This record gives sequence, C-alpha cells and structure tokens, in this order.
Amino acid sequence: MSILVKEDTRILVQGITGDFGARHARLSIDYGSQVVAGVTPGKGGQVFEHNGKKVPIFNTVAEAAKQTGATVSAIFVPPPFAADAILECVDADLDLAVAITEGIPVKDMIRAKRAMQGKRTRLIGPNCPGLVTPGRGDKSYGGCRIGIAPGYIHRRGKVGVVSRSGTLTYEAVWQLTCRNQGQSTCVGIGGDPVNGTSHLDVIKLFNEDPETEAIIMIGEIGGSAEVEAARWIKAHCKKPVAGFIAGATAPAGRRMGHAGAVIGGSEDTAAAKIKIFHECGISVAATPSDMADALLRIWKG
Amino acid sequence: MNIHEYQAKALFAQFGVAVPKGVATQSSAEFAQCLSQIDGQNGYMVKSQIHAGGRGKGTFTNGFKGGVKFAPTREKALEHAQAMLGNTLVTAQTGAEGRKVQTIYFTEAANLGKRPDGRDDEYYLAILLDRATSQPVIVASTEGGVEIEQVAHATPEKIFKVRVDPAVGLQAYQARQLAFALGFKGELFKQCVNLVTKLYQFYWEKDAAMVEVNPLLVTQEGQLLALDAKVSFDDNALFRHPDVVALRDLNEEDSKEIEASKFGLSYIALDGNIACLVNGAGLAMSTMDIIQHFGGSPANFLDVGGGASQEQVTAAFKIILGDPNVKGILVNIFGGIMDCNVIASGIVAAVKETGLKLPLVVRLEGNNVEAGKATLASSGLTIVSGDSMADAAQKIVKLVNQ
Repeated sequence: MSILVKEDTRILVQGITGDFGARHARLSIDYGSQVVAGVTPGKGGQVFEHNGKKVPIFNTVAEAAKQTGATVSAIFVPPPFAADAILECVDADLDLAVAITEGIPVKDMIRAKRAMQGKRTRLIGPNCPGLVTPGRGDKSYGGCRIGIAPGYIHRRGKVGVVSRSGTLTYEAVWQLTCRNQGQSTCVGIGGDPVNGTSHLDVIKLFNEDPETEAIIMIGEIGGSAEVEAARWIKAHCKKPVAGFIAGATAPAGRRMGHAGAVIGGSEDTAAAKIKIFHECGISVAATPSDMADALLRIWKG
Repeated sequence: MNIHEYQAKALFAQFGVAVPKGVATQSSAEFAQCLSQIDGQNGYMVKSQIHAGGRGKGTFTNGFKGGVKFAPTREKALEHAQAMLGNTLVTAQTGAEGRKVQTIYFTEAANLGKRPDGRDDEYYLAILLDRATSQPVIVASTEGGVEIEQVAHATPEKIFKVRVDPAVGLQAYQARQLAFALGFKGELFKQCVNLVTKLYQFYWEKDAAMVEVNPLLVTQEGQLLALDAKVSFDDNALFRHPDVVALRDLNEEDSKEIEASKFGLSYIALDGNIACLVNGAGLAMSTMDIIQHFGGSPANFLDVGGGASQEQVTAAFKIILGDPNVKGILVNIFGGIMDCNVIASGIVAAVKETGLKLPLVVRLEGNNVEAGKATLASSGLTIVSGDSMADAAQKIVKLVNQ
C-alpha cells in the first residue's frame, strides 16, 4: 500500500492547457501516471495529446470525474482563480485536490478551508510540490506523480516523507534512494500559512499504512504544526521518525520565500522545534545532508 | 507589504475607526502649513515615519533622541520635525544602520486618560491570522503601550482572543465580548464595539495580513482613539487592491531586494560573508543553516525559484556581488526536472560576465548532473565542486576562512 494515492489512481489536471499545467501533465504521463482528464473552462471537447496518449479536456471538474472516473485533481490554475478551482473539486466529491499554485491570497484560502469542513474532499497544498507514490519500474516508473516533483529520483520502498518544501523534499528522497531506501509515498504539504493537510494528518496516515515502516518529517520555522505532530508522535506513533527543521539562521519577522516561514511566537523558532523533536523521541538531522542517515540511525540501528 | 502609520490611519478613518487628526509631509517647507491644519490645544505629536517599530525609544545618528516626540508648542513641533526629517533613526528593529526618515507626521496630541493607579489608560488591539485554526483572530489586552509579547508571557490572563468564523464574519456578540473583557462601560463600551467592528471590516475587506493598534487610548474627554497603527497586507492579494499598492514606499525597501524581485528572485540580505544561491525556499533556508553549522556565516537568503536560467543566475551573482561583505559564494541547486548541464552552462556564463574573483563552490544534483559537473570542470574557471550539501558547505567555509 501507500497513502492517499496508488499507482492506478486516476488523475485530472485543472489548468492542463496552461504552460505550467501542460508541462507537468506531460511529465506525469512520461512517468506512467494515469492522467485521464484535463479541465479548462471553455475548452471542453478539445484533446491534450502527448506521446500518443490522448487526454480529453472538459469544461467542469464534475463532468471530467463522471466521464473518466478521475478521483484526484492536480490544480495548476493561476492564483486569483485557484480557490475556486479547489472548491469545484469539493463540489464534485473528489477524494483529493492537490493545489500546486503559489501565491493564492490568504483570505481565499481561509474561506475555502472553511467551506471544505465536513466535506469528503481532502486538500493538499496550496503552494506545494504535490505528492508521489513511486512505481515499481525502472527509476520508479509507473508511479503516481501529482504535481511538480521529479519522478525519477524516487524508488518504491518503506519510508514515508512529509515536508512543506519542494526541493528540500527532493533532497531527502534522493538521500534515501542513494542509500537503497525506497519510499512508500512522499507528500509536500506546502509552504503557505493556511493549508489543507498538516504534518500531523500525513503522519497519522503513515502510521496506519502497513507498507510504511519509517518516516521523515521535514519542517520549517513558523507556526506550530511540527510541534503538534511531534507531540502526537511521542504519544501514538508506532514507527521510527526522523526530523529536520529549516530556518535556524533566519532572522525574526522576515518572510523567507514561504509565507508560512515567519517567526512569531515562542515555540516556532528552529531551536524550540528541534528541542521538542528531541523530547518526543524524533531522530533530529543536524544538517539537511543528514536527513536519511538520521532515520537510518534509529530505524536500522 | 507594509505601509506607514499615517497611511494606515487614513485607511482607518476611511473605515470609521477613530484616530487623532494628523497631516504628513515629505518637505520641511510644508511643516508650518501642516501644523496650521491641526488643533494644537493639547500640544502636538511629531512622528517619524519609517517601517520599523520602537521609534519612540530610537535615537538619530545625529544624536537627537526619540523618533516620536511631544511638542507643547508649535515652535517646538517645528524644531523636532527639523531634527528628524532627512536624518537616520536607529531603533531596536532597524538594525545598527538605521532608517532615513523621509516623512514627518504631525498629529494632535491627545489628553491621555488616567487609570486609578495613575497609569495612562492604554489598551492593545490586533487582528491577524490564527494559523492553528486557519481563522482570523482578534487579540485585545488591557495592557497597552507596552510590548504585547511581555504581557502575554508575564500575565497571559490579560490577553483576550476572539476567533472569527469566516463563513459568517465577525458577530456583534463577539465585539461585545471584547468590550466587556476590556472593562468598558456606557458610552466607551459602545465606542469599543463600534471600533472593533470597523477595524475588522477594514482587515477583511483590504486583505490585511496584520492590523495592530498599540496603544488604543481613552482620552480625558472619554473618547476611544487608535493612537498608533501598524498595518501590513497580504502580498498575494495586492492584485485586487490598486489603492493599497499605491501606498508602497520603495524608500523603505532594500534596493537589492527590489532588483532581485524583477528577475523572479527572492533575496534577503543578512550580515554574514558567504553568499548563497539556491533553488527553492526550504532548500535555501537550510543552505544558510548548513553554512552556519560548519562555522560560516550566511550573507543572504536567495531563492531562484523552481528553475535557474542563465539570466537569473547572472542577475543573482550581480546582486550578491553588490554586497561588499561577501567573501565567497555557495551555489546549491537540486535540478530535479531542469537539466543540470543547462544550469552549469548558466553558472559558467554568469561567472565570466561578472568577472567573479571570489571563491565559488557549486553543488549540483539531479537530472544530467554528470554532464553539468563536466561543464564546470572544463570551463577553465576555478569552480570548486561539492558532492553533497555538507561537502559543499565545508569547502566554502574553508575557502573563505583561508
């Protein structure tokens, strides 16, 4: 198993006719992922073609899901329209909406998140790299790639990875792959202050997933999400967890690219989070080069 | 995006939040005219306008003390304003270099109300995002005019919070809860409910990231006034508020950060001597961390985004080299999808174009990385290759410390 998505998960892409969406739809098709539909309002009936594969385009998410059986959406629409795109997935009762879009107004996300309460659709992101469940082919071909992560760096295996950041996730994944440790699923939850799925949500899923045997959790300064997850891990998690917190050198009050990474309270500095990680039995990577090894130290001894 | 106090108060007034009457100017020739528009019955306040807190306790580099001063007379107000305008104010938040004061804000001085124990009757009010619940939260305290972090630490029972359900917005009972919690009665109670309601309306309609009023004051005449105003806006929402964008003051922003943003680069200057150039915000932050871990000191945060084009790398090098403290550069690129060889060619071209003489360590990883490393090695330039983040960080620290 894996979490959230499997190799045969059927994917629709909102914004498939834009440059960004089209590029990554092609890369997902190349990786062997099941991209079955595109959605661009007004372009319904057209076809997105890549390497001989024809992906039908629909005007609405509901229609795309009904016609193709897609259960997950990758959202690449521009920021002013992204919250609307998320809510359209909710209306269509999808399992999962993965919002890659960077720069969505916070107010739009506050409203969208409130509107999603009690609905079955889960949101990953926004401002995230998406998620990958690696396949079992060469260089993990045949996996489910939703978003913008490079597929080939993965290997199918037993480590779950959760992170806010994109390239820092790839760093961790590549360290694991280079040490012959594959991944069950890698989830980038995004760097925005209001997001759909938290570190803790993903950790709980990994904890219940029989294929996942160990977990890497990557966090940043700002907010209390990593601390909340760490305390839950101490009380409930059955699996070894390694952690890293980025931003030890970030000056207070400055936004470091990720809107979420602004230091405010007393428990959201890197030092405070690292201390809590230690207290909760998480193996802390001293540097970003040490993430996979930090896991191997407590997992494989 | 941050704005000045005088701009924030103009917006407050537009939304019906009570503020002392005031006038701002960038020119000393207009001081007298500004003062004649204000009632100086209780004296004047002369306030330096910079995007940093701690102005009142700040000191100018010319020795003048206080970026916010009371003036009992018009003459004294003119004298204070002359001492402030065009001079550099250093506060706890500006750093040692301080900030040049380019705008002076004159306001009526309020007749401060007093509490039974003799203290000024000052309160605290703020609205911001509560990240834990993804809802706006209004924070209020009976202890205004001081640092709210200290109040929260020492006397958490004096901090009151109301979270707003975005589905229905701020409800009247919630504004009443805050007014009761702050201990207001009668006419002041009504003023407080009204002020909280209007301030929330402003926060929500204008996509503010944070609104802070400290102090919120009761005058001897029994009026509730926002005596100071600190407002920042959500950058992501500026596209729908051209009136807010018009308030941007480029003088308050780092010129290198502005230049960087033109090339899609996110740059923040720090005070170390090892510059870094990285793709991705999380990786950029952790590159700074690993430089420090191995005994170095990062000169900046620089995120070139998902890709890293030759144009971007060249622009980034120029910005980095504009910082005289920089003694070496670490490039850390995880080219997941981008071809590392394209990135390597971009780095070589940028080094040649900028005539870089400082030590340069490049750590490339990802797609087509072997070709990228070969391009760097055969360039004839002294570019040191790092195999991992740790290896690259140790190498640049060693080179800079030689």
